Amino acid sequence: MWNVFRAELTKLRRPSLSLSSIAAVTFVVGLVTSLLFLLVDSPEGNGERGVRIGREVLSLPDGLSIGFSNSAGLLGIVALCIFAAQTAQEYTYGTLRNLLVRQPSRMKILIGKLVAMKLFAIAMVTLAAILSIALSYLFAGVKDVSTVAWSINDAQMAVLRTFINVLIATIGYGIFGMILGLLFRSPISAISIGVIWNLIIEGLLSAFITNIDKYFPGQLLSIVAQGGNDRISYQYSLFTSYGFLVAAFIIVAVLFKKRDVAN
Amino acid sequence: MSSPLALDVADLSKKYGDRMALSHANFEVPMGSICGFVGPNGSGKTTTIRMLLGLIKPTTGSGHVLGESITEPEKYLPRVGAMIEGPAFYPALTGLQNLTVLAKLGGFDVDSIQKLLEIVGLADRGDSKYKTYSLGMKQRLGIAASLLPNPKLLVLDEPTNGLDPAGIQEIRNLLRKLADAGTTVFVSSHLLSEIEMISDHLVMLRLGKVIFSGKTSELLAKQLPVIVAKPSNTDDLNKLVKIAKDNGHDAKIVDQNVHVTGAADYSAQFNKSAFDAGIILESLTPIRPSLEDTFFEMTGD
Repeated sequence: MWNVFRAELTKLRRPSLSLSSIAAVTFVVGLVTSLLFLLVDSPEGNGERGVRIGREVLSLPDGLSIGFSNSAGLLGIVALCIFAAQTAQEYTYGTLRNLLVRQPSRMKILIGKLVAMKLFAIAMVTLAAILSIALSYLFAGVKDVSTVAWSINDAQMAVLRTFINVLIATIGYGIFGMILGLLFRSPISAISIGVIWNLIIEGLLSAFITNIDKYFPGQLLSIVAQGGNDRISYQYSLFTSYGFLVAAFIIVAVLFKKRDVAN
Repeated sequence: MSSPLALDVADLSKKYGDRMALSHANFEVPMGSICGFVGPNGSGKTTTIRMLLGLIKPTTGSGHVLGESITEPEKYLPRVGAMIEGPAFYPALTGLQNLTVLAKLGGFDVDSIQKLLEIVGLADRGDSKYKTYSLGMKQRLGIAASLLPNPKLLVLDEPTNGLDPAGIQEIRNLLRKLADAGTTVFVSSHLLSEIEMISDHLVMLRLGKVIFSGKTSELLAKQLPVIVAKPSNTDDLNKLVKIAKDNGHDAKIVDQNVHVTGAADYSAQFNKSAFDAGIILESLTPIRPSLEDTFFEMTGD
């Protein structure tokens, strides 16, 4: 598995993927954090689904990490795309047969890939955290949001807590992408189905049907990133979303192990 | 005592739905040989190779690679180099990076990559992205990748596809050199002239069935040579056919020539018989049937 991990890292480090991932993370975090601060006075709201997050909330110790946690959903979509593409492209390029000749244990291939991509996700989320904090300070100055409470210990703990939660959520979205990649064996199909499911199907149904988000892994992962909310607890979101993911991953892993590699 | 086997399959079959891709195949490949694996498109070559490499599971039958069962590919694949259905690499990585990925994956020496690139003639393009490679260069990279494990068995599917004549010759020499050093080479190709030049063993497939397995020389020896006689006067063509048939040889007219089936030593007698009958021959050429002729005769294609 260590060999698979090292081989996968060689692929993940390629400039085209690294630079496009940095660009995507910068865009997502920049967009969400700047809107959070710049629209602080907007009656339309500055948070998810029109929620208003005022100066007094942003000035709290937790305020430093709100932009970061609000970015989790979109960061998750970026992770979903990367994990799905990295998995499915082995089929479309025909490189899976090379991998399996060099490492016949299909489970080692799968786990090694997953671990390498998790490391990539950690780098991605770390970059997102740094950017979001830097932008929060920048825009707080612009919009007269007090940053006094952001330097106390509680604020640092809040950032650490949010980092862990966003990381768990991002990796969850990534695993979802990997599952789709293994299932559909085509990057385009896997990514489009993943994005449509998360952004449109789950998003729309959750907006119109009360409490249905309790059963949607994408929605639950968003709630994990926020540390839970008034309706759905952190523990429920974490265990249910990862329960879905682990069950689906086991199914596709068995398929991957049993399926003939004929392309 | 028989020589150890690099490959042996017994009653190996693969069925996809109602279609039998490979049907009860039996063959053996001795260690250290170069074995050509030939057959028309769709005859089951790639299916067989995939089963030998553990990529697909047989429907029935068994097989061994380097003495290990094909049900346990992890036991023999570290000693096998393979290129299946042409080269497949990551377009955004360089040739060097692509080989590094595979070397790390197999736990092989990354330092050997530069030497492999030199062997296949890609030393000066190792830092170019794979997507910029020509078909021949991609093929060379595939061969370099297959050499990463310093293999005891090399399985190559159409390795000369896309190569120019000089490249084909280089690969031919490389395969011969590897075989001389003890590597068994199992190579499929549609270029039968190439296979004939390099292989000392042959496995021939048609419609998913093995129609020949053995030494190439034995197969070619089974086919009688043809003597091509060209009379100076074309009116004598039928007379020549009659002379050959009277002597117990098959003969037919092909493009103003008479093709007589018979060993080369019949040439002199045939020439004398023609001369005695007052026929002057412009040329008389004994021709040994090529693998291609034999192949088409056996496959009926």
